[in-house]
Amino acid sequence: MEHAFSNRPTKAKTTQNIAFWIMRSMTYTIVILATLIFGTIFIKGGSTVFQTSFPFVNTTFLFSKPETLHVVTSDGNKLQMGDKEWRAYSEKNPEAVIEDHKTYVYSAGGIFPCIVGTVLLVLGSMTIALTLGVMSAIYLSEYSKHGLFIEWVRISIANLAGVPSIVFGLFGYGIFVIFFGWNVSLLSGWFTLAFMVLPVIITSSEEAMRAVPKGFREGSLALGATKWQTITGNVLPYAIPGILTSSVLSISRVAGETAPIMFTAAYVVRDELPWEVSKLSDFFLQGVQALPYHIYVVSSKIPQNEYTARVQWGGAFVFLVVVLAIAMTSVVMRSKMRQKYRW
Amino acid sequence: MSTTLEKSANQKKKEEAMSINSLINPSMESMMTETKPKPIIEIDNVDFYYGATKALHGITLNIEPKKVTAFIGPSGCGKSTLLRCINRMNDLVDIARVGAGQFRISGVDIYHPSVDVIELRKRVGMVFQKSNPFPKSIYENIVYGLRIQGINDKKRLDEVVEKSLRGAALWDEVKDRLHDSALGLSGGQMQRICIARAIAVDPEIILMDEPCSALDPIATAKVEELIHELKTKFTIVIVTHNMQQAGRCSDTTAFFYLGKLIEIGNTEKIFTNPTQQQTEDYITGRFG
Repeated sequence: MEHAFSNRPTKAKTTQNIAFWIMRSMTYTIVILATLIFGTIFIKGGSTVFQTSFPFVNTTFLFSKPETLHVVTSDGNKLQMGDKEWRAYSEKNPEAVIEDHKTYVYSAGGIFPCIVGTVLLVLGSMTIALTLGVMSAIYLSEYSKHGLFIEWVRISIANLAGVPSIVFGLFGYGIFVIFFGWNVSLLSGWFTLAFMVLPVIITSSEEAMRAVPKGFREGSLALGATKWQTITGNVLPYAIPGILTSSVLSISRVAGETAPIMFTAAYVVRDELPWEVSKLSDFFLQGVQALPYHIYVVSSKIPQNEYTARVQWGGAFVFLVVVLAIAMTSVVMRSKMRQKYRW
Repeated sequence: MSTTLEKSANQKKKEEAMSINSLINPSMESMMTETKPKPIIEIDNVDFYYGATKALHGITLNIEPKKVTAFIGPSGCGKSTLLRCINRMNDLVDIARVGAGQFRISGVDIYHPSVDVIELRKRVGMVFQKSNPFPKSIYENIVYGLRIQGINDKKRLDEVVEKSLRGAALWDEVKDRLHDSALGLSGGQMQRICIARAIAVDPEIILMDEPCSALDPIATAKVEELIHELKTKFTIVIVTHNMQQAGRCSDTTAFFYLGKLIEIGNTEKIFTNPTQQQTEDYITGRFG
């Protein structure tokens, strides 16, 4: 039935519908892409990490060091084994007929040193980045006065945020590894990674501080509190959830970047685990294996085939889980803080 | 501190002064003001600037102890600015500065380099336009000022909390939930928490910057009643938009317009018989 308000097709409505559908399909594309990436890694990597029998996770893969994989045909049986196993086997069966012996580095054993290295790199660099970042943010938001110098500081921070990570890597190599003589070490890696995420942490911490209502500061100062008492007692605690939000994003960057650590902290392979050091100072001055670098090495430096795929996908899967776990920890901390300092 | 006897004597003198006010010449009037109680706050020919903008022009006025003085005037007339000079809250604004003149409290120039702002603010408390209880428990709000002075003795803090909350006429309403968040209170209660928090550090002067502008009439009435009680112990300076409020709760009223003090005097006189045309126009609602 036709009436004054009945729905008639118009050009404006058609245009709107087309625009709407284009935008909707773009959004769906993103979801599909994300699902594909995560799905592939979960399915392929999951088959390395999980197993059907007890304890359902592949403890060898998670908790042992990488080994060279030996693929051999011995007395007509096709066998795959790690380096240690292979040595024992060949000692036991010296007269076995070995044919078609192939080796693939890092494809047997596990990735435990890489997991440990990545966790250490994240913890250390985030500690440094948060300390420096929050202090700078306090200065910028609470103490600095408007002026040319502060403008210059802000422009520097903004520009620093745009520097490619490989440049940070080279910078870290020049300063920490060579000039300070720290060599390829945890310490060099920590500072390089920290400097890389510092701009993000400063900017968002400052915003978090500024978001704390002016009344909290005024109320405290009007009661005779010093500026420092006001900041530590009545501003910073309420800014912590916001600061942690920025740190969640930074954690994924710190954990994931390969370029800054390949010159400063990462070893392709290392026999000792980080705590296997003779004295404490060696702990900071040792290089480590790291997951992103390990994934790069096993994906680009060894052949791609059915024998090497398990460690490649498995590494990627574990890497995602590790980043997720660290990020979740700070999300949980954030919600605890929010509970405690709600405003 | 003046005794009641002195006070009544002063009061008497003041009344006498007023009754013969119209009869005496200006020089005698200045002589009569000498007999008033010594002002606790003296504002002496003050110019104040925000950057290049002059916000206050040669303000001179005295505020008497244990009285309520109201600053009234239209928005932007500088009354809040002047109030925030008294405890140097304007120091927080980068571009704000006192260009000329002096603020003296008990005879001390509070902008002198030797003055410790922290000590000043302990003695000159402030209640803000937007009530700003901290997102802590009621108890922690009240003791904040003591804790930052390093006082953590439980017994002492408990006493102060009760005394301050009673002082702010809030004890009976909140005594059972002292450890609940102060943000769960009503608007009027929150503002009285802020008053209790201010009196907990035992100041001499309390500055109130439009304390009732966000409150409903009932909460406003309670705060006004409270102001009336507080003036037995504290000197109160209140900025208000609400002229009825100034009329109800102040002893002295100062009218500001465009950064200038137009007129100051006994509240009753300002409201019934102002000497300046601008004051009368504002009070009768012809502008502002």
